[in-house]
Amino acid sequence: MKRLIIAILTLLLATPLAAQDQMPPAPLAYKQLDDPALEAKAQGLMETLRCLKCQSQSIADSDAPMAGDMRHQVRTRIAAGEEPEAIRTWLVERYGDYVSYAPQNKPIMWPLFAAPLVILLLAVFLLRGRFRSAGKKETDNKVAGE
Amino acid sequence: MTGEAPKRSGLAIWLPLAVFGAFFALVIWGLYRPADRDVASAFIGKPLPQFNLPAATEDRPGLSTAEMKAGKPRLLNVFASWCVPCAVEAPQLEALRQQGVDIDGVAIRDRSEDLNRFLATYGNPFTRIGKDDLSEVQLGIGSSGVPETFVIDGKGVIRHQHIGEIRPEDVPMILEKLKEAQS
Repeated sequence: MKRLIIAILTLLLATPLAAQDQMPPAPLAYKQLDDPALEAKAQGLMETLRCLKCQSQSIADSDAPMAGDMRHQVRTRIAAGEEPEAIRTWLVERYGDYVSYAPQNKPIMWPLFAAPLVILLLAVFLLRGRFRSAGKKETDNKVAGE
Repeated sequence: MTGEAPKRSGLAIWLPLAVFGAFFALVIWGLYRPADRDVASAFIGKPLPQFNLPAATEDRPGLSTAEMKAGKPRLLNVFASWCVPCAVEAPQLEALRQQGVDIDGVAIRDRSEDLNRFLATYGNPFTRIGKDDLSEVQLGIGSSGVPETFVIDGKGVIRHQHIGEIRPEDVPMILEKLKEAQS
C-alpha cells in the first residue's frame, strides 16, 4: 500500500516534468522557402512523410519539435537542389518504409491492390443467379402479358 | 420464380456469422494487443554518417564521426535534459562507465544551462557531448526519440540500437552487445 501511494505520488510529481524542450524551432521548420516552386516540392514531400513522434500525422501537420527538425531538413535539402524522392529514400534507409506514406509497388502491397478486383469478381459471381432469375421473371411477365 | 429462397447447404447459413465472428475477434485482438510504437532504426550494420557537433557543455568536447572510430566499441547515447526517462537511465549509464565503457552523448535540442543542471543532478558519464539542435545526427542514424542508445564498434559501424531508457536489467545485455561489437 505504501509503495502504491509512493508510486502515485511519483507519477503526480513527474507529470509537470514531462516537458518539451525550450529551444526555438529550427529555422526552416515554420518558414517557407522563398521560391514557390521549391516550396511546393517540399510541401508535397512533407505531406507524405510520417512524423515519428505523432505517428498518425505527417510532418507537415505535426507541431512536434522533431517534425519541425524534419521539415527543416527537407526544406534545406530541397533548397540545395535535391529531388524529393532522393530525400524520401534517404529517410527510408534510416527508418524503414514506415516513415513514408506514399504507397510503393512492392510484393507486400499486391494483395491490397488485388482486393477490390477480387471483391468485384466475387460479387458478380454471387449475384449472377439473382440477375439471371430477375431477367427470366421479366421475360415471363412479358410472355404472360402478351 | 417461385418466391421461395433457393436451397442452401446447411454450412452456408453459418457463413455470415463466421465472418462476423472473425471480424469481432480481429477488433478485440487489435484492442488488447500492447501497442508497439517503437520505430527501429534501419541503419543497424551501417557506418555512422559524417557529422561534427559542437560541444554542448563547457567541460566536455564536442562529437564528430572521426572520434567514434577509435578502435574500441563505445556507446552513443541520444538524450536530452528535458526527457524524463533520460534521468531514469542515468545510474545505469554511470554503472556502465564504471565498468570501463566509453559513452558519448548527443544532446537533442537542449540549452546549455538546462543541460548543466541535468548533468549536475543526475551525473555525467559522458566522454564527449555533442550539441544537436536540429536533430541532425538523430535523423542521420534513424533514431526517433530520446533516450536511445547505440552500440558503435571500433570502425564506427552501428551494431545495436536500444530504444528507451536502459533499465538495470538491460545492463548485462548492453555489455554483451559491446563485447559482440569487438569482433
